[in-house]
Amino acid sequence: MNWGSVSEFLAMGGKGLYVWGSYGVAFAVIALEIGLLVMRRHAAGKDQ
Amino acid sequence: MSSASPQAAVPVFNWFKYASPQTFFPLAGALAPWFAAIAAVLCVAGLYIGFFVAPTDAQQGESYRIIFIHVPAAWMSMLIYLAMAFWAGVGLAFNTRLSGMMATALAPTGAWFTFIALWTGALWGKPTWGTWWVWDARLTSELLLLFLYFGFMALQAAIDDPRRADKAGAVLALVGVINIPIIYFSVQWWNTLHQGSSVSLKSAPTMAMTMLTGMLVMVFAAWAYAIAAALWRVRCIILERERRSDWVRAYLGTAR
Repeated sequence: MNWGSVSEFLAMGGKGLYVWGSYGVAFAVIALEIGLLVMRRHAAGKDQ
Repeated sequence: MSSASPQAAVPVFNWFKYASPQTFFPLAGALAPWFAAIAAVLCVAGLYIGFFVAPTDAQQGESYRIIFIHVPAAWMSMLIYLAMAFWAGVGLAFNTRLSGMMATALAPTGAWFTFIALWTGALWGKPTWGTWWVWDARLTSELLLLFLYFGFMALQAAIDDPRRADKAGAVLALVGVINIPIIYFSVQWWNTLHQGSSVSLKSAPTMAMTMLTGMLVMVFAAWAYAIAAALWRVRCIILERERRSDWVRAYLGTAR
């Protein structure tokens, strides 16, 4: 285990902005792609 | 065409059975959730290893942890392009409808992964090199890859007839393949700010074992996600393109 506390984990040794900026945008992009796929599938018809 | 052909008795799995959109549609629908589930499980495992098991890097500190998303995204950006060009080429050579649909389905996912690779690269470059961006060979060729995906999608969107769009896109995709070895070997061929490969088939990896494990688990997660996304998208494309066919009308309940 690398982290003594939650705030230490979030700080990422002072590099939190870069690390969480990377993961945040990456997963936002993936969520957006899934959302667009769901909408496209819905528009194509008979989406269950 | 006879159903009583002698081969019919031999229990071999016929892959060509799934080469038509109609037969591939249910197969893709059955496979996609499994790949999505594998992707989710591997992603959680990979992030756990990456953040809680892998140690702090001696040189870079914690910012190196971007590697667990950056390298898988960068690898997928190239691999998806190769898969896209492969299906585009198959479609061009054999005039099979599903191949072109597969190439079209892969392009947006490839473009998203390319964007993630560039974005995480910039956020990794700033604390490591002191700059978000440099016009070195690795970064420039990866940006060109993003434009190749955009060009492929824009070209296909500009042509109304899907079969002609497939053919035009295939030519662009195949010409653009030359960029993939340029990206991959750029760190060897030119003096780049971007570091060389940490993982190579020829030599031992220059990373701690837990770091490598976390990265590879994330690579397989990205792989499974890309397959799931492409299968979902190809199902949409099949329905959109074949909506006037009898089987899609029957499936959608829009048959007269």
